[in-house]
Amino acid sequence: MEQENIIQVNELTKKFGDFVAVKGISFEVKKGEIFGFLGANGAGKTTAMKMLIGISKPTSGMAIVAGLNVAQSANEVKKNIGYMSQKFSLYDDLTIKENIRFFGGIYGLKPKTIQEKTIDLIQRLELEKVADERVGQLPLGWKQKLAFSVALLHEPKIVFLDEPTGGVDPVTRRQFWEMIDEEAHNGTTIFVTTHYMDEAEYCNRVSIMVDGKIEALDTPKKLKEQFKVSSMNDVFLKLARNIE
Amino acid sequence: MSIVVQNISKSFKTVQALQEVSFEVKEGELFGLIGPDGAGKTTLFRILTTLLLPQNGQAFVAGFDVKEEYKSIRNCVGYMPGRFSLYQDLTVEENLTFFATTFGTTIEENYDLIKDIYVQIEPFKNRRAKDLSGGMKQKLALCCALIHAPKVLFLDEPTTGVDPVSRKEFWEMLKRLKQQNITILVSTPYMDEASLCDRIAFIQNGKIFKIDSPQNIIRDFQPKIYEVKSDDMYQLLSDLKQIPDTKSTFSFGESIHYINEKTEFTKEKLQTYLNEKAHKNLDIQLIQATIEDVFMNAD
Amino acid sequence: MKRFLGFVKKEFYHIFRDKRSIFILFGMPIIQIMLFGFAITNEINNVNIAILDKSNDAETKQLIAKIDASHYFNIEQKLQSDNEIETVFKKGKIKLVLVFEKDFGQKLTNQSQPKIQIVSDATDPNVANTATNYVNAIIQNYIQEENQGNGQQSGLVIDSRFLYNPDMRSVYTFVPGVMTVILMLVSAMMTSISIAREKEIGTMEVLLVSPLHPFQVILGKVFPYVFLSLINATVIVSLGVFVFGMPIRGSLFLLAAESVLFIITALSLGILISTVAQSQQTAMLISMMGLMLPVIILSGFIFPIASMPLPMQIMSNIIPAKWFIIIIKAIMLKGSDFSLVWKETLILLGMTLFYILLSVKKYKIRLE
Repeated sequence: MEQENIIQVNELTKKFGDFVAVKGISFEVKKGEIFGFLGANGAGKTTAMKMLIGISKPTSGMAIVAGLNVAQSANEVKKNIGYMSQKFSLYDDLTIKENIRFFGGIYGLKPKTIQEKTIDLIQRLELEKVADERVGQLPLGWKQKLAFSVALLHEPKIVFLDEPTGGVDPVTRRQFWEMIDEEAHNGTTIFVTTHYMDEAEYCNRVSIMVDGKIEALDTPKKLKEQFKVSSMNDVFLKLARNIE
Repeated sequence: MSIVVQNISKSFKTVQALQEVSFEVKEGELFGLIGPDGAGKTTLFRILTTLLLPQNGQAFVAGFDVKEEYKSIRNCVGYMPGRFSLYQDLTVEENLTFFATTFGTTIEENYDLIKDIYVQIEPFKNRRAKDLSGGMKQKLALCCALIHAPKVLFLDEPTTGVDPVSRKEFWEMLKRLKQQNITILVSTPYMDEASLCDRIAFIQNGKIFKIDSPQNIIRDFQPKIYEVKSDDMYQLLSDLKQIPDTKSTFSFGESIHYINEKTEFTKEKLQTYLNEKAHKNLDIQLIQATIEDVFMNAD
Repeated sequence: MKRFLGFVKKEFYHIFRDKRSIFILFGMPIIQIMLFGFAITNEINNVNIAILDKSNDAETKQLIAKIDASHYFNIEQKLQSDNEIETVFKKGKIKLVLVFEKDFGQKLTNQSQPKIQIVSDATDPNVANTATNYVNAIIQNYIQEENQGNGQQSGLVIDSRFLYNPDMRSVYTFVPGVMTVILMLVSAMMTSISIAREKEIGTMEVLLVSPLHPFQVILGKVFPYVFLSLINATVIVSLGVFVFGMPIRGSLFLLAAESVLFIITALSLGILISTVAQSQQTAMLISMMGLMLPVIILSGFIFPIASMPLPMQIMSNIIPAKWFIIIIKAIMLKGSDFSLVWKETLILLGMTLFYILLSVKKYKIRLE
């Protein structure tokens, strides 16, 4: 059974002056897949992701997301995707409800739908008691879970998550991954970047980016077999040694 | 004792950042502070480096009181705050020279101490700090913190966001520094780094809830952990959660770590239960706890 | 000392590697001086006016000829009746109408206070105001000449020469003003931003946890700006002198010394700001709102203090820039020596000490 590709990237390149941040990467992501986009800080992950979600123009190459060429119809693409990043996700000075209403509004949801979704979302995350409190007051883990749910409000086909679990405690990290897993089971494609190598284990397939290039791409299991090691961390270590 | 912390408490406007924290670090020890963001690690570092005053309790670094003798402490400690504090517009060499002069020394004087680390970044000594990779920035920041041969070294999340290779190298460097009899207090959110310390303290929500060597912490962990795998991991997780008296089910990606509260619970019972749920390629192993298991199951 | 020099060296690296700093330091003073000197000016030229001469005698003709002769005004039209005044204003070309009452010349010779009415189009109040003043000045001047011509030596001779700035050259007021603004900008804003930047990137933490005394850190950060501000002051004064022909009638040494004092005032304000600002943005905002605006508005640089409402006049006294502008104007234009500006100097010195004491008190050897 061959699943359809929801993201197709061909020789995507981004240059900033003399510096080549992304060096002609190519890969596909299948529908309903959890795709891990791994690499250290500065490897080019975020730059590549920004091109996929249409907020950065590629220097060359092509990216097709949800059946649309990002370079030509960036706005159309944006309607089909959700985005959440570690740095910016929600407004700290708005309450939980206000944040949901605001982001629902941005994506053009009807007031009634927003109303329903707000109630549902707050219930699911068990945030009833703090629904009218400012997001800034919440613990980091809660914030990240809420941000993820908000990114899903408009039922996008793909969700892009940029380092969603940075600095979150291990228990909350796992709850977060359970949420991701559930969403993937509902058919949403998940594209996630992380620098926690052990989190690669939660993904269906992972790519490892080093210095702007994708140096490995496969299921975690196969990568471990290929490099004859027991953890994804060791995969990375071996990979780096091979490149040197 | 190189660091003594007694009942330190600190609160900011609405948050209690540290509550009655106490621990001691021996001379030449590599002591790890393990906990997530917002646990209070940075606040504790700032109190020990005399940048903040505690509201309650006492603390001594290299025998000096953090409240009264801050000048003496500032003369003999090295500090590397989170997000490597370097001057981005200065080159590698200029950064190092600056910190050396600031501490009234020269690169040559303490070159032995930083030699191992510095040779790795020396080829880039004329490059500005902002153009370095995360791993190189981290090494430069460590050189800057070491240049005056401190007695105690404070490293606040030195490996966050750095690639695994640099992380590994970094810990090897710390081991070598330890041999020079430098006391090191290091914090990290990565559980797998905990086992590289002599002793660790778990910190969460401003409280320290366990202090011991990583070996002892694992040895003292009572509950039995079952590592469970099957073809349908998604289903497996929800099935495991249904088992009565389940203490915890934590996914590790390709496997799930399962703990049951009842001592009479056995591998056979688990096997039977999951077989009933028709899991394919079921694999159950009784395993030894990892530091992460202990952290997550600490109440 | 070696530590201090190392610090200063590092500070210069920062400044010379940041394009924005370089621009603010060296581009801004030149642009501002040129802007104020050439473009923004209080002078008027060839303003179109109309005359309604109800007297039509020798005196009014002479006066009108005199006004017409000046390059400030261009007599566009002669009106016949009061009704026409509004019509010409509505057309928009005429900015000012001069109305001589009947028997003007006669009353002038009788000394029975002849009346001239000046009606101006105040939709552009600046031009209206200046034009009115100029017409006034010309008329005053004429009346004096008349009096002298008649051999009437008795009575008051009103000296209406424009003292110190006979040509009413506005650049004379702008050079001191711009100098004040730039010194404020460089000294207070740039230092507060550069200290805040160390806090932002976290290096302040490392510096605090070093054997350097916190005051050494601040002095090291401030010193380069004293030096650069002095260069700036020199550039501005030179531009004023050589490009706009502004005189320095007083002592150059006194001028330099007063400038150093003001630079220190501004630096201490900058340090004070940096004790409260945690980020470059906050530092910038506080300097802009708290320093630049009052300097521009309340110092008498653009708006004369005497014409401000009383509360603002009182407020202007706490603006250090006001005193500095008074001092340098006195030195440059009036050629005053220290005995004439010691009072203002003392006020400035007092303010400086106050700010330094306040920042020492507010300065933290820790993070909070």
